[in-house]
Amino acid sequence: MSRIIISVVGKDRVGIIARVCTYLAEHHINILDIDQSISQGFFHMMMICDPTDADLAFADLAADLEKIGSDMCVQIKAQREDIFDLMHRV
Amino acid sequence: MINISEVEETNKMIEESNLDVRTITMGISLLDCINSDVDRLCSNIYDKITSKAQNLVKTGEDISQEYGIPIVNKRVSVTPIALVGGAACRSTDDYVKIIKTLDKAAHEIGINFLGGYSALVSKGMTPADRMLIESIPQALSETELVCSSINVGSTKTGIDMDAVRMLGNIILDTAKLTKDQDSIGCVKLVIFCNAPDDNPFMAGAFHGVTEGDTVINVGVSGPGVVKRAIEESGQGDFGVLCETIKKTAFKITRVGQLVANEAARRLHVPFGIIDLSLAPTPAIGDSVADILESMGLERAGAPGTTAALALLNDQVKKGGIMASSYVGGLSGAFIPVSEDQGMIDSVNAGALTIEKLEAMTCVCSVGLDMIAIPGDTSASTISGIIADEMAIGMINQKTTAVRVIPVYGKTVGDTVEFGGLLGHAPVMSVNQFSCEDFIRRTGRIPAPIHSFKN
Repeated sequence: MSRIIISVVGKDRVGIIARVCTYLAEHHINILDIDQSISQGFFHMMMICDPTDADLAFADLAADLEKIGSDMCVQIKAQREDIFDLMHRV
Repeated sequence: MINISEVEETNKMIEESNLDVRTITMGISLLDCINSDVDRLCSNIYDKITSKAQNLVKTGEDISQEYGIPIVNKRVSVTPIALVGGAACRSTDDYVKIIKTLDKAAHEIGINFLGGYSALVSKGMTPADRMLIESIPQALSETELVCSSINVGSTKTGIDMDAVRMLGNIILDTAKLTKDQDSIGCVKLVIFCNAPDDNPFMAGAFHGVTEGDTVINVGVSGPGVVKRAIEESGQGDFGVLCETIKKTAFKITRVGQLVANEAARRLHVPFGIIDLSLAPTPAIGDSVADILESMGLERAGAPGTTAALALLNDQVKKGGIMASSYVGGLSGAFIPVSEDQGMIDSVNAGALTIEKLEAMTCVCSVGLDMIAIPGDTSASTISGIIADEMAIGMINQKTTAVRVIPVYGKTVGDTVEFGGLLGHAPVMSVNQFSCEDFIRRTGRIPAPIHSFKN
């Protein structure tokens, strides 16, 4: 399975990264890189993940992360990496 | 490695600028369904479409979820039905039987349009072609999801004026038979010159006889993304403007190519082409007219509009060609009136007329599209409008088309509501002078000379 980009956008609060990382660890999804920034009071985070050993399907992962996001009042999206690679690299 | 600003840029395009893939269209050849018995033919057609495209919608939804990119439409195009039904159809009722089968198959697989109730008559009509054309008013009024297109001209053959004359009446009859729904039947009928075999967009999609058995064609979109990029580029010179459009078109097209490759792989169907057309929707900000205005026009339709559109169309192609090796279909900015809020506003403001739209079609695809005209417009005037547009395509070696809706019982000043992506339209005025004697002439306009081009 190709790598997954998980992006989080929303108002900053304690525990966002912890919650997402715990969820990913529980499902054997390896985090390869994390980048984050705060601009205009908004928290932006991006993770590059390797789902090779994941114990669930992509659709379930995306749905779970969306649910975690809505619990924490942030937007969490999981997308396959190819869309970003193709759009931004010649 | 991808960085956070690139992820943000892509997701902003999707969430704030309406970036989407407009359609995944599966082309299906029905030539192997041909049978001299119409019931057997219908059963063959139904079986082939529902088996080949049974996973189309689900696959589109899966890809959409995995990449986070909306895929608005999942559609099917088929071999022009005049060819498929020629051996079996003895009457227009037989053709109506076929379109009802197509409609049933479209509902069964969950797509939102199926194209190919078509005839290719650029040089002349066979009895089968004529019968299919005659069946159109009934066919489109008694079905929901099937679109019809008739190719009446080409640069190589000239224009079949007998078909053009006939279609003026057919369009009026279709409008009348669907008068309870603002003549919506005409929305599903488009008249072409130089129709491409691999167009994924409706209402003009059909699966040409030059194509393989099945194929996946993808239509990209993204007027909102182009508009935002132009706005952010500021008041630069034309070099800056062109570079901005090209770069944006590249990004949009790469997404389309990704979706096309994935769809082809998962459906085990060869990938055909990416159609680079900028296709607007009635959503605010998803407008080709807005792009023209962001370049510096007060309204679409103002002097300078044709030049701005020519520039836009050319740069979209230049950026898109770099992003995909297989480009086809219509590939140009669409300028439908009812499907583009900026166009609607321009018409209401008095800035945009049918004559200006006709000039704009000289430099972009696809033609006079989704234009509501008064219901009492004569058949010969509609044929005249078609003939003009076909002549532009024939002489300029490009695809042109006409999709006008003479809205039964309505006139200039009224508004028509088609709903959804089809939008709403102000009824536009049409030149009142007659072309009846010209249209009454029989035969065809010969193919143009291919040299001495001035």
